[in-house]
Amino acid sequence: MPKIVLLGINHETAPVEIRECIAFSQDESALALQTLHRRPFIDEVILFSTCNRVEVLFVTQNTSAAIAETKKFISDFNKIPVEQFENALYIHVDDEAVRHIFRVASSLDSMVMGEPQILGQVKDAYRTATSLKTAGVILNRLLHRTFFVAKRIRSETGIGDRAVSISYAAVELGKKIFGTLREKKVLLIGAGEMAELAVEHLIRHKVGDIFVANRTFETGVELAKEFNGKAIRFEEIRDCLKFVDIIISSTGAPDFIITRDQVKRVIRTRRNRPIFFIDIAVPRDIDPAVNWLTNSYVYDIDDLKGVIDENIEDRQREAVKGERIVDEAVIRFREWYNGLDVVPTIIALRNKLESIAETEIKKTLHSNKMSGQGAEAIRKMTHSIINKILHDPTVFLKKDGMHDNKSLFIDIVRKLFKLDT
Amino acid sequence: MLSTAGYITYLFLQKTYLQRIGYALLFVGFLFHTVYIFYGFAESGHIPVANLRETLCMAAWAVAGVFLFIQYRYNIKILGIYAAPFMAFIMVIVAQLPDEPTQAKTIFKSFWLISHVIVIFIGEAAFALACGIGLLYLLQENAIKTKRHRFFFRRLPSLDLLDKAGYACIVVGFSMLTLGLISGFVYAKSIWGRFWSWDPKEVWSGITWLFYAALLHERLAVGWRGRRSAIMAIIGFGVLLFTFLGVNLLLEGHHKDFTKV
Repeated sequence: MPKIVLLGINHETAPVEIRECIAFSQDESALALQTLHRRPFIDEVILFSTCNRVEVLFVTQNTSAAIAETKKFISDFNKIPVEQFENALYIHVDDEAVRHIFRVASSLDSMVMGEPQILGQVKDAYRTATSLKTAGVILNRLLHRTFFVAKRIRSETGIGDRAVSISYAAVELGKKIFGTLREKKVLLIGAGEMAELAVEHLIRHKVGDIFVANRTFETGVELAKEFNGKAIRFEEIRDCLKFVDIIISSTGAPDFIITRDQVKRVIRTRRNRPIFFIDIAVPRDIDPAVNWLTNSYVYDIDDLKGVIDENIEDRQREAVKGERIVDEAVIRFREWYNGLDVVPTIIALRNKLESIAETEIKKTLHSNKMSGQGAEAIRKMTHSIINKILHDPTVFLKKDGMHDNKSLFIDIVRKLFKLDT
Repeated sequence: MLSTAGYITYLFLQKTYLQRIGYALLFVGFLFHTVYIFYGFAESGHIPVANLRETLCMAAWAVAGVFLFIQYRYNIKILGIYAAPFMAFIMVIVAQLPDEPTQAKTIFKSFWLISHVIVIFIGEAAFALACGIGLLYLLQENAIKTKRHRFFFRRLPSLDLLDKAGYACIVVGFSMLTLGLISGFVYAKSIWGRFWSWDPKEVWSGITWLFYAALLHERLAVGWRGRRSAIMAIIGFGVLLFTFLGVNLLLEGHHKDFTKV
């Protein structure tokens, strides 16, 4: 019986210095896959490498030899001595390996739990493996199950539901206030990675006009061009408050840029339409007292972080449900996998033929009203036919020295005779 | 029939996470209720508002109807949390009150009276829901302002939607109330020969009407919305409740009949 083995490192077991040494680029992983597949003991293999993890998943008849072989390969390929990464390696076999790949693909094992990219990355790795024909019956089945499990967890639990990045949390809050962000006007004050990311998120939600204010007007013009918006002068912010709905502020100013009085003054001209301030700057740009005016809402960086922390907690709670789905899937996979062994397959095949024979014998005896000796003779004949038919396939499947393809043939037999229902 | 309606609304309360079931049950309950009211109408020949029991029963029916409409139009699932227990509560009171067949009076058979009653009830139901939506708005606004995003924040829709729905309720309620008052005037004219007779009920209805008129005016003129509008909707409903029940129970007047126990 072949073993499924998974060997890898991730962000928890290894610091980035080691991960970056071992990581495989897209081209490298194709080459590495082919090399690994040619090594002895490794029947099927998939290689999966992102910035947070490197995982090698393979099927082998000789576990310890294959593990040693893989370690040596990683060391040779990346020119790094085995001792340096050996301690960071984790090795899972069979059920544990299956569970691990399920958890990785469903993002239960990710640094940011519930992040959606990982599934796509696993799919890419699998595509590479199939195009190079390094994945066989077992890994094909395993990966298809993996995609199924990952999708199920995503749709049945809330693991990917709530925002866990600052900029995305801001967008979600905006939705709670405005319902839809469509055609809402945005003002960006200052610049900065997080603020710009938030604007990009907003654009994706089809917001309306975008205004950019910057101390140096030229920088503002440049940024505005990037967002297809309009640059305004810093002094114009006050007038701008009359018509914008969302303000994202991220300047290096030591004092408040927008004060309570300024906002209070425009509320009436705004006809009380809600206004939402996102203050990413430290020290803060917007007077927190603005939050207590009617229909105006202020969130500073700490507030947003608070939101994210809550959301992360939520995801962790949802993850428990995800683990349960994984457990279930591991058991299901085990059932299929056990069936891949020779003996159960032969037994299943025999049972199938015998049950068909039994039904047909009964029909024949009944319609011809036969009994006694004649009936006995027909039974005997049918059984010897079954034995004769099964003889060659049994010998073939039990024959040694065809390790590589054994699971393939067993799988074909099971499919041909529809033994897995 | 009454117990089923009460039970159904109760179920809705329990199954806040299974909104659809609750919604369907409520819908069925509403249909039964409609049939029941029409049956009573056909049998006695007058609108069933001759005593407190029938009046409240009618009120619950009107709230259910308007709630179903709002739910359909705006899809504010959470509103059921407010509306269903509210209806259940009314129905429980209804079940407690004795059911005495009342003498049909001729004055209950006029077209103007029937439309007066129906329109007023729909209007009042709309105000009741506006109050509920106002409460939800305040809860949600509070969650956003204080930055505590626990229970309600997750489950409540956006402020904008609540505000719009509440506004729609008030517009509907206000127009119905206006129509109701007009039909009341016409009816009063035909019976007593005058439009306005300084009956306490009439006075309080006038106050209620003015109150909501002020609210709508402020919204249209200076854009009163959000928090203040929500608070006003809640206070307005308080005034309305007093007009509806308080006046009858505490003060005298010719509307007295229909809260008679």
